[in-house]
Amino acid sequence: MTTQAMIPAKSQRRHFKIGRFVIYFILIVFAVFYILPVYLIVLTGLKQYNSNLYAMWDLPPIISFADCTNPYFFCFDGFYAAWFGSQAVIGMGQAFMNSVTMTIPATILSTLLGSLNGYILAKWKFKYADIVFAFVLFGMFIPYQSILIPLILTLRSMGLYASLSGLVFVHVVYSIPIAGLIFRNYYATIPNEIIEASRIDGSNIFTIYRYIILPLSAPAFVVVLIWQFTNIWNDFIFAVTIVQNERMPMTVALNNIAGAFTVPWNVQMAAAFLTALPTLLVYVVLGRYFLRGLLAGSLKG
Amino acid sequence: MAALNWEKNWEKIVGFLFVLPSLIAVLIFVYGFIGWTGWVSVSNWKRGAQPNYTYGGFDSYARLFGTNERYAAGIDSKRFAAGMRNVIGFTLLFLAGCIVVGFSLAVLLDRFVVGEGFFRSVFLFPMAISFIVTGLAWRWLFTPGDSNIGSTGINLLFEHLGLGFIRPNWASDVVYHIPADSIVGQSLSSIGLAWFASPSFGVSLGIITLTIAAMWQLSGYTMALYLAGLRGIPDDLREAARVDGATEVQLYRHIIIPLLKPVTLSVVIVLAHISLKIYDLVVAMGGEGQGFVKDVPALNMWDTTYGQARFAQGAAIGVVLLILISILIIPYLTISLRQQEEQ
Repeated sequence: MTTQAMIPAKSQRRHFKIGRFVIYFILIVFAVFYILPVYLIVLTGLKQYNSNLYAMWDLPPIISFADCTNPYFFCFDGFYAAWFGSQAVIGMGQAFMNSVTMTIPATILSTLLGSLNGYILAKWKFKYADIVFAFVLFGMFIPYQSILIPLILTLRSMGLYASLSGLVFVHVVYSIPIAGLIFRNYYATIPNEIIEASRIDGSNIFTIYRYIILPLSAPAFVVVLIWQFTNIWNDFIFAVTIVQNERMPMTVALNNIAGAFTVPWNVQMAAAFLTALPTLLVYVVLGRYFLRGLLAGSLKG
Repeated sequence: MAALNWEKNWEKIVGFLFVLPSLIAVLIFVYGFIGWTGWVSVSNWKRGAQPNYTYGGFDSYARLFGTNERYAAGIDSKRFAAGMRNVIGFTLLFLAGCIVVGFSLAVLLDRFVVGEGFFRSVFLFPMAISFIVTGLAWRWLFTPGDSNIGSTGINLLFEHLGLGFIRPNWASDVVYHIPADSIVGQSLSSIGLAWFASPSFGVSLGIITLTIAAMWQLSGYTMALYLAGLRGIPDDLREAARVDGATEVQLYRHIIIPLLKPVTLSVVIVLAHISLKIYDLVVAMGGEGQGFVKDVPALNMWDTTYGQARFAQGAAIGVVLLILISILIIPYLTISLRQQEEQ
């Protein structure tokens, strides 16, 4: 798997023969626990609405997509209905486009801003910079319920309410603490001597960033980009409060599908799978960077 | 040298100017808005979308905490009390569960397991998924079924495993608490602590379902943090302890667990601030539930504000929620800042 190389197993650790079996047994039980809901989501999404609930955990006797009129066969009907929606609910296809349109600019802008802030806060500390930063970090922990009312009023007066650009703006602003934190911690590991040396060679704050910091930043950029992408894609509270019209992102559309009692469960599960797919793909492809991001974002506060 | 210093100061000013927009944004969008919400909570903006910023007193808070008889009997204080009970119970269960499961899995994976990378990925992937998806999946799993269609979801799975006697009605309004007529309950009430033997001090079945779903999503993350911590402990230390005759249990009890304290602290901070403001998971799992068994303050705030258009009341819930989280976060930030200054 992609995370294999992340934490190298140390050699020369004593083996304990007793309990090897127990260890694997426990690990496999937990692996089943983590996989089970995803198995059920995919399975239910591929089944038909009229299939027997008593067989909800069972694979069909024949794996076939050949005939949707046969309740024993798999069928893409659920995915089709989820993607295109109906008169009552917006399709996940449109919601997917909305999520992409919102998540990509928000991710890129917040990452660039984080890099700039992190650079200054790590390498050009003004007086009381650390105390100021602690106050900035507090913004990362607040419950958004405590700022939602003024936020909506402000967005309305800025003309950004009920639009994806409003959502982009909000994500960029409330990502300032976490993006700044990860970059700042990363830049703190770059030795100050390198910067001092290049200052003597006549570099200034801009050229140092451009020619020294930026070329060394690739790992931090990957970490923050992944972190921001998954968080912004998965956000619900801002999305549901700010955009409830046809521009709604996938999480809101999924919740609407789940709330509409008329939507069959195979369609609900297909929609859930579609919503999870982009961040899951990012995790599978770039998992080890993702893990690095988690550790950087939480171990140092 | 003097020229260099001057230049450095000049550049520091430029640097400051670059972070200034972000600092102003945080000042307005975090601190300004918190103050604004605080004012709304004591304003006369009781109902409707039209703001009214005249001072209206602490009535909203009185309704939440039920300070007089009429308010204590009102729905606001009932819902708020249930929400506080739920969110604190949820946080404690969720923290304990994630720490026990995460630490145990990390210890097991640290023992040279074949397929370690595979297990790690499987344990961690739920982290990448939205709470809305997680909630929907677990709501489907916790659909209990009925006498007509038989068990469904997880109850059906128990049935397949020969554990058919476990079939709780997950959607019910059961609250587990110390029974008032038990010995413990009677002795509690005899010393005036009857409250502790009432449903006000209990855990609902709904909260247990929330805890399981949230643990599914974040116990693997806890495992990853502990595993990184375990791998950071030098082998020499373990060997030295073993040479001195320490058993495996003593090794963990006296050396490894104390060394992992910083990891545990980050785990507690990260998980508790997620669980105290949990909102999307509750929404996706069907909302507040019968008799508010699954209600949490974050959901209560949203319903009150945007569902019922009672802005002062919603703002008050938002403020209480913020205070709840601040009790945890402000000491943590203060300690981190001090440690940073010492370095």
